[in-house]
Amino acid sequence: MKDISTKELEQKATEMRMKVIDMIYKAQSGHPGGSLSAADFTTACYFKDMNIDPENPDWEDRDRFILSKGHVCPIQYACLATLGYFPEEELDSLRKEGSILQGHPSMNRCPGIDISTGSLGQGLACGVGMAIAGKMNHKDYNVYVVVGDGEAQEGEIWEAANTAHKYELDNLIIFLDANNLQVDGTTDEIMPNGDLGEKFRAFGFDVIELDGHNMQEILDALEVFHNNKNGKPKCIYAHTTKGKGVSFMEDVCAWHGMAPNEEEYKKAMKELQEKLEEQKAVNRSEI
Amino acid sequence: MKAESIPTRNGFGDEIAQLGHENEDIVVVDVDIGKSCRTDKFRAELPEQYLNVGIAEQNAAGVAAGLATCGKIPFVVTYAVFGALRMAEMIRQEICYPELNVKIACSHGGLTPANDGASHQSIEDMGVLRTLPNMTVIMPADYNATRKLVREAAEFDGPIYLRFTRDGIPQIYNEDVEFEIGKAHQIQDGSDIAIVANGDTVHLAIDAAEELKNKGLSARVLDMHTIKPIDEEAIKDIINNIGKIITVEDHNILNGLGSAVSEIIAEEGKGKLKRIGVQDQFGQSAPYERLLEMNGITVDNIVETALNFEN
Repeated sequence: MKDISTKELEQKATEMRMKVIDMIYKAQSGHPGGSLSAADFTTACYFKDMNIDPENPDWEDRDRFILSKGHVCPIQYACLATLGYFPEEELDSLRKEGSILQGHPSMNRCPGIDISTGSLGQGLACGVGMAIAGKMNHKDYNVYVVVGDGEAQEGEIWEAANTAHKYELDNLIIFLDANNLQVDGTTDEIMPNGDLGEKFRAFGFDVIELDGHNMQEILDALEVFHNNKNGKPKCIYAHTTKGKGVSFMEDVCAWHGMAPNEEEYKKAMKELQEKLEEQKAVNRSEI
Repeated sequence: MKAESIPTRNGFGDEIAQLGHENEDIVVVDVDIGKSCRTDKFRAELPEQYLNVGIAEQNAAGVAAGLATCGKIPFVVTYAVFGALRMAEMIRQEICYPELNVKIACSHGGLTPANDGASHQSIEDMGVLRTLPNMTVIMPADYNATRKLVREAAEFDGPIYLRFTRDGIPQIYNEDVEFEIGKAHQIQDGSDIAIVANGDTVHLAIDAAEELKNKGLSARVLDMHTIKPIDEEAIKDIINNIGKIITVEDHNILNGLGSAVSEIIAEEGKGKLKRIGVQDQFGQSAPYERLLEMNGITVDNIVETALNFEN
């Protein structure tokens, strides 16, 4: 747990959003929508909550972070680069030939990636395996897995949820990134999920439902879960907005997997820069 | 002399239990058919190293991948048809692509789940998994070979698919025999023709070679337990010194042992091949020997194919 204020984390999340837009623009390829919806809790994990060592990415006692929805890796790459897992210049190589930053995360190429993902529905089972190994090896690390609400339509998610319950994995925390959009439309339209919080509760999870863009709520939920090692796996049911932070991307399906053009890029960066200046001013005044 | 018949799944069950006692990182991941796959001894003796994730094969593959990233050596245990096909994409994405140290150990290979019918007979598994980068594909030929190759697999760092029989097959090897992954085991040398087999068809190849000897033909017999990576040297040696090859497999004629051998022959531009195997058709509930007969996987057909092999 690192010493950083909520307001500073909010500022950090804006910085991460800027890096996401910048790298996807330079790659002219990638998934901005989900990267932005997942930005706040991912920032909270990497810059405050997780016990990790960028100098030693394979440290066996580290907390693990898995993007089961692997396509939103730009947000994870932004965090890893900022923490020094690899040089920031690497961000410009996203999706380019020979890059450590593949279109979907590759553990054998990129330091800090705990498992290769990209095919939806599979990362949670891998996280369950890591959490079981933690119990077997008497380690006290936690495993964080980001699952999309669209992704929760995959049956393997629920197979893995069963297993997490059976093996009492209170060291497993799911961030359910509920942005209500998937590739072909809204989740309600394509395949209604119903109340995913109730579903995970029925599978034996402790569930906290919150605003996935409210940093304080995210930190409070993590604290509650860390203090409640009761044998139940955890789920943070985070209501989010796809494209959050860039006005014209918010809640627009098309921004699932599209890169901004030059004009859109400038507009997005200007908005985020203004937000960042506001946050910096607040943080300066509080020091 | 015919020794008693033993299913090779028994060899897996006995060896995995012993390996588990020797190495606490070995973990069995069952999917509710452990008893049938012979992990019951492991489960009883090593409960701390044993997981049963229920009837959820896809999840089992992912759980195993996660375990492997933490230094465990998981063996996911199921039937071949589920282990190879139901789990195929999870094996590809989470095991082969990251090159994790996971073993997929499957009973009920080929036509051996005979009475269960086509749903449980696995005729495509080795072919499907052979096409995945980083995967090694093995089928041992009897109980002792199984014990040795399971041990080799546990010591090998990387993804391996192991295929066993449900039904009993004759014993071929004694306990002292050694095997190396990727290296064909020559059972006997010969100069007129080579019979290359794997798994439950190796004993058929041995019997056929014996009959051919009585008819004046000298046959080399190879146990090609590893079909990927296949022992190219052994095949090239046959191509250059014998010329004629018959492959025999309890697997679809497409993409298994015969296909792997034909790839080498095609690239070498010499050598002749006849493939004996499942004739690209689903099976049915029937005695195992009958199913083999329906596909020409018999000693008689091997002998006839050898005698009719044009020069």
